[in-house]
Amino acid sequence: MSTQSVTSPHPPVDDGYLDYPARRYGMDHDRYAWSMLTDRKPVVWPDGKKLAVWVNLSLEHFPLNPSGKPVKLPGGMSMPYPDLRHYTLRDYGNRVGVYRLLEAFDKAGVRPTLAINALLVERYPQLAGLIRERSNDVIAHSWSMDTAHAGGLDEVAEAELIKRSIDTLTKAFGKTPSGWLSPGKLESPNTPDLIKAAGIEYFCDWVNDDMPYVFQTKHGDLTAMPLSTEFEDRFVVVDNFQSEQSWAEQVMDACDLLLAEANEQGGRILSIPLHAWVMGQPHRIKHVEAALAYVMSKPGVWNASAGEICAAWRGQQTDDANINA
Amino acid sequence: MKDDPGYYDYWPYSNRPKITWPNGAKLAFWVAPNIEFYELNPPKNPSRAAWPHPYPAVPGYSIRDYGNRVGHMRQMKLLDKYAIRGSISLSTALCTHHPEIIEMCRERDWEFFTHGIYNTRYTYGMTEAQERAMILESMETIERAVGKLPAGYLAPALSHSEVTIDLFAELGGTYTCDLFHDDQPTPVHVRSGRRFVSVPYSLELNDTIVYVVNKIEPRRYGRMIKDSFDRLYAEGSTSGTVMCIPTHNYQVSCPHRLSAFEEALEYITGHPDVWVTTGREIADYYLAHHYDAALADIKSGRKA
Repeated sequence: MSTQSVTSPHPPVDDGYLDYPARRYGMDHDRYAWSMLTDRKPVVWPDGKKLAVWVNLSLEHFPLNPSGKPVKLPGGMSMPYPDLRHYTLRDYGNRVGVYRLLEAFDKAGVRPTLAINALLVERYPQLAGLIRERSNDVIAHSWSMDTAHAGGLDEVAEAELIKRSIDTLTKAFGKTPSGWLSPGKLESPNTPDLIKAAGIEYFCDWVNDDMPYVFQTKHGDLTAMPLSTEFEDRFVVVDNFQSEQSWAEQVMDACDLLLAEANEQGGRILSIPLHAWVMGQPHRIKHVEAALAYVMSKPGVWNASAGEICAAWRGQQTDDANINA
Repeated sequence: MKDDPGYYDYWPYSNRPKITWPNGAKLAFWVAPNIEFYELNPPKNPSRAAWPHPYPAVPGYSIRDYGNRVGHMRQMKLLDKYAIRGSISLSTALCTHHPEIIEMCRERDWEFFTHGIYNTRYTYGMTEAQERAMILESMETIERAVGKLPAGYLAPALSHSEVTIDLFAELGGTYTCDLFHDDQPTPVHVRSGRRFVSVPYSLELNDTIVYVVNKIEPRRYGRMIKDSFDRLYAEGSTSGTVMCIPTHNYQVSCPHRLSAFEEALEYITGHPDVWVTTGREIADYYLAHHYDAALADIKSGRKA
């Protein structure tokens, strides 16, 4: 190879930088097979419905003294200790916002799915009690918003963290959660294997599809469920500084597009990801109400929990070729 | 390091030799879908990290994979509807990973230009020979896949060296998408002295810049496209303009975003004096009809 360009400010890369060992048909890893959505067998939802609507409410606890290990999660403390401003604004979601949102769901006739940090049910047994009475579907959402499952997390520690989270939620709700959502949708290289070993059936971390698909682990297959980040409330309103009204419009536009596509191509899923500390604010709630009213007014909509949607999908994957596609 | 890239001379927008497009069109319109492959575990480049998270960077990787699994078909259907042939900015490893996508685009006679091999392999730190080898391999991969060498280049992840455009011109390319200095094609100086041009691609209307960097609402993006079109179409009466919408299937094809884009496409293609074309056709037409006059006008150093 010739000499480095004399004026380049960059450290050189070796010739290995021009090797492409994972350049092969399909993906560059073995977690799932390459498959385009339009090539799959059309899915039919119960009663011939077209669009499954999964309203997902995350209930989170952000500790005042986060370790930030192995990485900091979005939404956590960002001011010098003690960051009362962010701590209390997040906690607002669990004291006020969640009740406002549950009322909005009830009014709209929506059954939500709740992704819960396990620490929260220990801290707030009254909230846990209400959730237990409502018997909404619960997704395990790790321990807190300071337990990132990310590269650098020790495997044994991660297995313990997963077990502790699932055990705590199981005890609180009398039922083992079948779904998992990693905080910040981050994963370590072992997360899918460890949650599968712990009894989880589906998880919601990978945003690469609008429909479920089969995800391989060392201990058998998980179902990857499509929980959007791109029009998640926190992403749109907090990270991207867009208005509440725009968020509602985005949900409505997504609903229209997915319904139209479902009419041509088979069942689709509209996930509506919400966070109690974001959309539970008084100036935002009416936009949640408007979006939900719009979605629920559409013919062909099936509001269901993530677990129900996952089960309905799995029930149709009888063909091995398709389930592995 | 230089204080100016040296690829072009200053050239006032006013009073340029008039560009006319085929059939008297005022505006050449092209859509450039970036069809990219990002690696889950790319080798480290000391100058730029591929992902913000330690391996595996699930959020970044998985949304980009969405573009290929879900988004591509949505955008292709839309471009079919408005009779637009995409000009693909291609991570050429995709020819191996996802040949089905390549085949569908080839059937439609879309243009393929090179965008490097992977969008997680940066030009930074490459020697000239390494960079030449990378660009050449990407060009040859396209030739094998679709039977024709690419004419255009957009450096992978917009990562450049000082000689990126020179190298591409020497390998037989005719246009670059890497310069954002103009709303019309312009001649580009390359060290070989070859006839080589810049075809306006756009950062301002690039969906990833719009959505990821500038955090703009989908419906506002639709309005921005229409406003941009109105102005360039009007100015095209004086001298033909170019409008490009660079897209990414993992951004524009998300269900909450596609309808705003569709409205904008319907609006643009509903105008009579629009040449709906590809990057290569713009470059070829300009080189054949307007390049020499432009060069002479630039050299004259005339008054603005």
